[in-house]
Amino acid sequence: MDRFIPNRSAMDFDYAHYMLTEGRETKQDQTVCSPAKEAYRKLLAESLNMNRTRILAFKNKPPTPVEHFPSENSTASVRPTNSAKPRRHIPQSSERTLDAPDLVDDFYLNLLDWGSGNVLAIALGNTVYLWDASDSSTSELVTVDDENGPVTSVSWAPDGRHIAIGLNNSEVQLWDSTSNRQLRTMRGCHGSRVGSMAWNNHILTTGGMDGQIVNNDVRIRSHVVETYRGHQQEVCGLKWSASGQQLASGGNDNVVHIWDRSMASSNSPTQWLHRLEDHTSAVKALAWCPFQSNLLATGGGGGDRTIKFWNTHTGACLNSVDTGSQVSALLWSKNERELLSSHGFTQNQLTLWKYPSMAKMAELTGHTSRVLYMAQSPDGCTVATAAGDETLRFWNVFGAPEVAKAAPKANHEPFSQLNRIR
Amino acid sequence: MASRSVAKDIITLRGSAAIVSEFFGYAANSILYNRGVYPEESFAKVKKYGLPMLLTQDEGVKSFISNLTAQLSEWLEAGKLQRVVLVIMSKASNEVLERWNFSIETDGEVVEKGVSREKSDKEIMREIQAIMRQIASSITYLPCLDEPFSCPHTSFGHGSSSSAGGFIVSLPLDVLFTGVFDVLAYTDTDVAVPFTWIESDPKLIANPQMVKLHSFDTKIHKVDTLVSYKNDEWDEQ
Repeated sequence: MDRFIPNRSAMDFDYAHYMLTEGRETKQDQTVCSPAKEAYRKLLAESLNMNRTRILAFKNKPPTPVEHFPSENSTASVRPTNSAKPRRHIPQSSERTLDAPDLVDDFYLNLLDWGSGNVLAIALGNTVYLWDASDSSTSELVTVDDENGPVTSVSWAPDGRHIAIGLNNSEVQLWDSTSNRQLRTMRGCHGSRVGSMAWNNHILTTGGMDGQIVNNDVRIRSHVVETYRGHQQEVCGLKWSASGQQLASGGNDNVVHIWDRSMASSNSPTQWLHRLEDHTSAVKALAWCPFQSNLLATGGGGGDRTIKFWNTHTGACLNSVDTGSQVSALLWSKNERELLSSHGFTQNQLTLWKYPSMAKMAELTGHTSRVLYMAQSPDGCTVATAAGDETLRFWNVFGAPEVAKAAPKANHEPFSQLNRIR
Repeated sequence: MASRSVAKDIITLRGSAAIVSEFFGYAANSILYNRGVYPEESFAKVKKYGLPMLLTQDEGVKSFISNLTAQLSEWLEAGKLQRVVLVIMSKASNEVLERWNFSIETDGEVVEKGVSREKSDKEIMREIQAIMRQIASSITYLPCLDEPFSCPHTSFGHGSSSSAGGFIVSLPLDVLFTGVFDVLAYTDTDVAVPFTWIESDPKLIANPQMVKLHSFDTKIHKVDTLVSYKNDEWDEQ
């Protein structure tokens, strides 16, 4: 009986392997596209075509199928249905008022921030005070020298423990609030005062009166990693999107820029993704929508008085609402589809809007001078405002703390998967 | 087969737009029925494309779909519609589970010059019939939507006190939408957004499985169908 004995030494295993794998793939039935290939092709097409495309959803929704999924998991948190929820009472006056002497009455600064550790930081003149919301205690973090001050911006790092302080002399100090220790001073990134700041993980983005925006990696010695140029006047508004992918900046030049990290280059000045010139006055108020990705709300100063909504993916202006008064800050509710704006002359009020109808839900008055700075508590229920009348006021505008706990916790990085796909 | 002469019919831009938007209406109904989005009893059988097709009798869903197809028809006539996506989301978590993607390629010359094309109506119906059959049989491989599946969000728990929690990913509406399907239209950027439509994000699925279905072609509009769905990771349970 013959056996066929292959001559192994004569075999080219590499070639054989190629023919068995790659070779076969090219001969694969062209009409049946492998799912992976199809998916890749589609994603590529999507990203290439995006700037010629707008995506629209039909507003009037079909009725909910009732009781159709019998398996409503008891572990999945059930969102309270809107129809059953009673309209909450919004207190029209502030819950608490504190004195804020020497608060600098300057529209372009950002002197108030509420950290995730539930401590509020406020800069009064040359001093930064910390107010612990859990026990209402106040402590002094630092007082800077006259020639370096006043303090022009404060911003808590995401960890709620470290805090950045921007100064009139263009320096930025980084502090550890638990040990009351200064960790470093960052110099040379700006030519004049730093009036706005925003954190993105370990990156502290600073906006200067010189119109420049600098990304600083606070962990490394040579902290300047990127500079965004585009504003011609002071950068007074700076906010990173929830995903950390896009940065919105507003300036005294009436311009809003959207900067996208995927367009970054380390050496050359980075080009903006969008330049939005619709506002006719300084834009300090910026707020990214927590429940709709790529949606940004902006508010204009005294000569503009509008709130505008933008799709930051396409740069399209979706809506513009005349508020009748200078807009100094904007905050989205974390629990409902609501937007809060703070204003100046003549009412110095806070206005609560229903989104997207932009119907006014409430107007909160109390400040006797224009509201300059606004911050939100980490549990999303309370808002703190500081005004030219040298008072710091607290408003339970977004709901009482007990109600908020019912809100479902979505993915803690809600939009990250969208960005990774792109 | 070659000896049978197939009579060709004239297809105009308007006619083609009507065929495509009508197709979409029936396809949407079929998906809603076959995927169990609405109860079986709420559908009635009609004859279309040489098949028994199911149409919803629910007034709300009916008017939703007819308003939709009317707008799609308009966009198709203007040559501005790139694709239509029917998205199915979990009622509890608003997570996107399935995406029925209908891509549209339009013959630009027809839109610009107003010429018409020729193709047998029967041929187009046959092509659409094939797609409808595929939609109906898709239940053999698509993950069951009404099976109890663990919502990934429950792993973060109610105990989490991080301030980053509390984000709600859902549609920008006045009325809180707790329903389970939505329709997105991808149009050219120069389309004026009608009052009843709103800009949206694409509601993509992370790491989807994808299945390409048949396409049909009116010689003016070519429609490709693709369904992508969330990977069913909890098979073992």
